[in-house]
Amino acid sequence: MKRLIVNRVMNFLAGAAAGLVILPLVLVFGFLVYQGGSSLNLEFFTHMPKPVGEPGGGMANAIVGTLILIGLACCVGLPIGILGGLYLAEARDPRLPWVVRFLADVLNGVPSIVIGIFAYTLVVLPMRRFSALAGGLALGVIMIPIVLRTTEEIVRLVPASLREAGLALGLPNWKVTVRIVLVTARAGIVTGVMVAIARIAGETAPLLFTAFGNRFWHSGLDQPVAALALQVFAYAISPFDDWHRQAWAGALVLISMVFLVSLAARLATKGLQRQTR
Amino acid sequence: MADGVQVTGLNAWFGARQVLRNVGLHAPANGVTALIGPSGCGKSTFVRCLNRMHEVVPGARSTGQVLLNGEDVYAPGVDPVMVRRRIGMVFQKPNPFPTMSVFDNAAAGLRLAGVRDKDTLHEVVERALRQAALWDEVKDELHKSGSSLSGGQQQRLCIARAVAVQPEVLLMDEPCSALDPIATAKIEELILDLKKELTIIIVTHNMQQAARVSEWTGFFLMGELIEFGVTRDLFTAPREKKTEDYITGRFG
Repeated sequence: MKRLIVNRVMNFLAGAAAGLVILPLVLVFGFLVYQGGSSLNLEFFTHMPKPVGEPGGGMANAIVGTLILIGLACCVGLPIGILGGLYLAEARDPRLPWVVRFLADVLNGVPSIVIGIFAYTLVVLPMRRFSALAGGLALGVIMIPIVLRTTEEIVRLVPASLREAGLALGLPNWKVTVRIVLVTARAGIVTGVMVAIARIAGETAPLLFTAFGNRFWHSGLDQPVAALALQVFAYAISPFDDWHRQAWAGALVLISMVFLVSLAARLATKGLQRQTR
Repeated sequence: MADGVQVTGLNAWFGARQVLRNVGLHAPANGVTALIGPSGCGKSTFVRCLNRMHEVVPGARSTGQVLLNGEDVYAPGVDPVMVRRRIGMVFQKPNPFPTMSVFDNAAAGLRLAGVRDKDTLHEVVERALRQAALWDEVKDELHKSGSSLSGGQQQRLCIARAVAVQPEVLLMDEPCSALDPIATAKIEELILDLKKELTIIIVTHNMQQAARVSEWTGFFLMGELIEFGVTRDLFTAPREKKTEDYITGRFG
């Protein structure tokens, strides 16, 4: 009898803990819809911010800016992350991979604002201006360790027998790696990329002194650019009620983007499981 | 000159451990040579030395001479990739490329080597699948994933993939060990067909299989080739005591 009760209680506690995991997200999402839903309309997606006092306006420039920054970050993060991950998984000599793996984990733990300082020193100072390029570099550096480690792990999951089949067919090693191993790992790598994108989409700190933000359409990659996260930050600390509502709506759009990207990542993983069974 | 595979003084190591000792044999062209012996006796390593797949394993090396139709596979300057194009291989577990369709699997060797022409590919795929006795079963679902086939079909697809590049030799490393008797019978039939065009070397744990499909048989034990001869003689009148013990089931 006692055993049965203990079992029930523990079952309940574990279930409740699992339920608590989704609670914060549900609360955040619900609160955002409550606060920002009313400001969210077509205009929000298609119009520019209005000056203080004028009602309406949107964050079209920030939405586009975030997409541009994500695109630039991918230009940095994907080639380095994917090729590097491939190397970690395939290298015969374990010494360099060990060091790289360790440092990648360290890089993953570096506060994002520090990475912002890195991009500031490397791009903003020499160029003497804030720019989309600097923001993209900062976000790209944040992507690298995530993409690197997922790629490595997924490539390791590709059965050795497939590699052998390719080699035995008389294919050179690099062709086996690119055309068979990488292709087989494709779905998993896509997932890793999505996770990394979801991670950087909402980054604010590294953009503060790189992309800087912009109340207008950006006028070139070497110029400051708006970003949703930055705009939300700027509006949230402003003293105007109107802007507060816009900030809520911006946050709602941002979290929805992350949600959609994560969902896409999940669906891509499903494909992978079917392939490797 | 087509005289099959001639091996002399082959030694192989994994790190410091020697797994093949001074092995020599001649697998004649257009014949089937079976290799039998208990697990871990070096049969698989032996066939992997023939197409230079042994050296792919970290720490593995080998010495000795392997002549493929008269040309030394280990001569300096010989590219292992070219050797593997001439010596195809089928593995123990069927390993079709999971992201590719049946068609793409059969075409993989040519396509990844740069052949683009659609007519050529179609021709080659159909010929290979017919050779592998798979064509009639899959001709209407060539676009389906290679891993959606049954185990026996997958193994025949792997055979098709290997013969599509028209190798001179086909190595089969226990090709039936993961298959049921019906699928096994199909593959054995296929072996008898294929030998008209190429030289076959098959590793098997199944002595009946060796007796059914091969003209020559070699018996391996602890990394040494104990006996090599005409299959019927080796099974009915073995010269070596160890061979006799093994085939009569006294060990292994």
